[in-house]
Amino acid sequence: MPERLIEVKDLEVKFHTEDGVVNAVDGVSFELQRGQVLGIVGESGSGKSVTAMTLLGLTRDRNTSFGGEVLYKGRDVLEMDEDELQGVRGNEMSMIFQDPMTSLNPVYSIGMQICEAIRVHERADKNQARRRAIDLLKQVGIPNAESRIDNYPHEFSGGMRQRAMIAMALACNPDVLIADEPTTALDVTIQAQIIELIDRLKDEFNSAVILITHDLGVVADVADEIIVMYAGRVVERASTRPLFYDPQHPYTWGLLGSIPRLDRPKQDRLHSIKGTPPSLIRAPKGCKFRPRCPHAFDKCMEEPRLENRVEEPGHLDRCWLSVEEKRELRVPTLAGTEEAA
Amino acid sequence: MVAFVIRRLIGAFLVLVAVSFITYLIFVKIPGGDPAQRIAGKLATDQNIADIRQKLHLSDPFYQQYWGMMQSLFTGSLKSYSSQLNVVNEIKKGIPATFSLCIGAGIIWLGFGILVGLISAIYAGRFSDRVITVLALIGISMPVFWLGLIARYLFAEGHPFSIFPDGEYVPLTSNPWQWFVHLLMPWWVLAVLFIGFYGRVLRGNILDTINEDYVRTAKAKGLPQRRVLVKHVLRNSLIPIVTLFGLDFAAVLGGSAILTETVFQLKGVGQYAADSVQSLDLPPIMGVTIYATFFIVLFSVVVDLLYAWLDPRIRPT
Amino acid sequence: MATETTTDFTLDSAAVLAEDEGGPIEGKSPWLLAWRRLRRNYVALGFLLLFVVIVVACLLAGPYAKHVAHTTPNENHLGETFIKDGKKVPIVSKGGFTGTEFKAGGIPVGPQLWHAGGRYVFGADTQGRDVAVRLLYGGLNSLKVGIGSALICTLFALVFALLAGYYGGWVDWVLSRFFDLIWAFPVLLLAIALGTALSIDGFHHAGINIPAGSLWIPTGVISFVLIPYIARPLRGQILSLREKEFIEAATAQGASSTRVMASELMPNIASSVLVFFTLIIANNILTEAGLSFLGAGVQPPNPSWGTLIADGQSRIATAPWLAIIPGVAIVLTVLSLNIFGDGLRDALDPRAKVRIER
Repeated sequence: MPERLIEVKDLEVKFHTEDGVVNAVDGVSFELQRGQVLGIVGESGSGKSVTAMTLLGLTRDRNTSFGGEVLYKGRDVLEMDEDELQGVRGNEMSMIFQDPMTSLNPVYSIGMQICEAIRVHERADKNQARRRAIDLLKQVGIPNAESRIDNYPHEFSGGMRQRAMIAMALACNPDVLIADEPTTALDVTIQAQIIELIDRLKDEFNSAVILITHDLGVVADVADEIIVMYAGRVVERASTRPLFYDPQHPYTWGLLGSIPRLDRPKQDRLHSIKGTPPSLIRAPKGCKFRPRCPHAFDKCMEEPRLENRVEEPGHLDRCWLSVEEKRELRVPTLAGTEEAA
Repeated sequence: MVAFVIRRLIGAFLVLVAVSFITYLIFVKIPGGDPAQRIAGKLATDQNIADIRQKLHLSDPFYQQYWGMMQSLFTGSLKSYSSQLNVVNEIKKGIPATFSLCIGAGIIWLGFGILVGLISAIYAGRFSDRVITVLALIGISMPVFWLGLIARYLFAEGHPFSIFPDGEYVPLTSNPWQWFVHLLMPWWVLAVLFIGFYGRVLRGNILDTINEDYVRTAKAKGLPQRRVLVKHVLRNSLIPIVTLFGLDFAAVLGGSAILTETVFQLKGVGQYAADSVQSLDLPPIMGVTIYATFFIVLFSVVVDLLYAWLDPRIRPT
Repeated sequence: MATETTTDFTLDSAAVLAEDEGGPIEGKSPWLLAWRRLRRNYVALGFLLLFVVIVVACLLAGPYAKHVAHTTPNENHLGETFIKDGKKVPIVSKGGFTGTEFKAGGIPVGPQLWHAGGRYVFGADTQGRDVAVRLLYGGLNSLKVGIGSALICTLFALVFALLAGYYGGWVDWVLSRFFDLIWAFPVLLLAIALGTALSIDGFHHAGINIPAGSLWIPTGVISFVLIPYIARPLRGQILSLREKEFIEAATAQGASSTRVMASELMPNIASSVLVFFTLIIANNILTEAGLSFLGAGVQPPNPSWGTLIADGQSRIATAPWLAIIPGVAIVLTVLSLNIFGDGLRDALDPRAKVRIER
């Protein structure tokens, strides 16, 4: 019987800036079961990172307002006070960030930064914490962990730092591991190793993972379910197989079409989504993707709801086109054979 | 590490030589008129002037004069042209007052500067931050000698709100309590400018550091707010402040406290320098310049070492 | 005032600032964005206005002296009287007995504001000179020295920094050692020493002739000693800019070094230079006051705010306004520049943080 760890209901996050109110996250809902990997995919500015940070209460600020619920084992994170939140952060839910170069404090040794995470949540003396830290570093695949533990972040390579970050995030055996673009800043050869590592450790530590990325290719092998976000909204949500084989939203097609593949016939150019993401302050009327969508029509001036339109249950999307139209229209985009507009 | 220190010390020595030589040139070459004539006064005969010239070796080539002056300075026999007092002794006499002033003021300005910076960064954008910002900027905008004058006018003995004794230095060894009360006013006057400045710099550093990714990581680990603030934000924000403090403290020890010393008549090295400059008395000026440069150069080496200790990224390996 | 509270994460600023729905992001020049931010900072603009008012007031010193105060800055009025509310009042009191009580003489009248028809608005000094008139003339001198030295200093620092930062190599080495050397000097001591040495006979070297009492002496001295304080940070900025691709691109396209400096480097450091310039004026006005206070700056009888305070120092108990008023003038001027400079820096801050206003 899978245990439901996280349930997000109609989450809204608004930032009040001097240029106006930014609707960074607008009505996002999802659940996460133990042992599951959830992928959240979207461009920068789509609200995926804000969603992830809100799960840990890291977006709290006097200029931020929230709506909806973020339930962790039934408790609403949005309602927690600072103390309660500190007990959750790093201990029950922990996070890995995009840039391992800047995400570790340059003036403390790797070991100190891992021990700090252990000792704030558990009764452990210095030696116990240090032994745990060495074990963790070994588990994430850092050679000579006994000596490297006293190194400073600048003495580690990028991939090693990201491994150290993962060790730090796993220090207190959390239920949920949130990885925010964990491979974006790394060399391509390292990327796959890190994703495999996260997937393997998820099983060893019996936790659940939220993997945030702009690259559908990264989550293809490991995610159980995928959410596609655009302009603060979920535009499509499905299990991994249906999302890849029967994508419903034109934005998802665009993302899929922009993955380089060797099996495509006669591919001269990669697909790119025309235009730029919309302003989150003055969003377009109706469907947020309308201004960039090649298939937009009159009805798109009204925003479609996120609902199930295909045979597969649980596959939701936000597009007015009929399922038949979609299956026909997406072919050139996915195959990479469409004419350049 | 040892090589690094040795290299820095050699550099420091060269700077010391260059500075003393330039000071010498400024005073021998730039001002019109001959020092012999200045010393002899307006009524002197040509014979008087020639005697002085002879005695002070003023006819020698200037590099020989420079060398002679440096020799007598380091053997402690250099004498003032005007008062004939031994320069090294006069500087030694001034050191207790100058050090007392600078060390006390340094502690106050560093402590309160950090406090002010921390408070205004924590409350950034709110009312208390604005009040502190305005106060800090007023502190930076006040001429120190004017502040000293006003403080004496208001708070010194025999004045409207008499709280403190007026000016003068009481040696620590003769009466510690009097030493302390006599210095309270000068300490604060000298510290005010720096408190404002350090507060502003630290506030900026903290606000920059708060947005660093590693601070977000620290929060995501579940560290208590206080620990995030002290261990991650403040620790990293203080690194530039340490550099600043080392250099400023050296400058103050080395004569930047001239104005404060003069206003409060502390008879320290700064005041000795100011008096000597006014009579264009070259030997004491040389002495004080070397003394001051020594501290500036010494502290810049200390700051480099401290910096390497505080920031592992620049530790020489 | 735009507050600086920032959120804990960076938003894609293009996404936040894009104006039109789905359309291309409008190109806004950084100067326009800075001006938009500055325009909302009423405190900074208010203090800029205060500075302008002070400058204009000092520029009007001549007409004020002639038409309002009916005197000149250095004219003595010892033993004279003026009419206040129809009564004759001595400008500087005579000592002697009034009844049985002895009063010390030589005490000048205090601030009259407008009770004496525009004369002695801020009182008289011990020579019977009009403090308000001397304050304006002194302010004019202080501002000339402050702004003049800031201009010279910034200009030289900019040129040195461009040369050192762009050419690197031995040019950088020589200039950097020169900065190190001035830096190693006790600044105030060096300035005082130079100021005093030069105030005796002036400067007559290298074809430049400056007479002893000239304002150019403190101006030059202050510019000289403060050059490294601006040149060093600017050099650092240029060094890091030189590594950027757009400089490489310009060089690769065959742009000459002067062209790269003028049209690629300059625009990128212009905002720092502007902020430095504002703040260095404030700093130089303070330095001038300190030098003049010690007799190594503006030479008497030429007034400056520093010499006015020095004059008032010995009279602080009997005629406190003599020292207080010029000090307040310095504080207001320097404060207005510091607050405006602060606002300017905030507005020009190139880091695209989400700034928040409440």
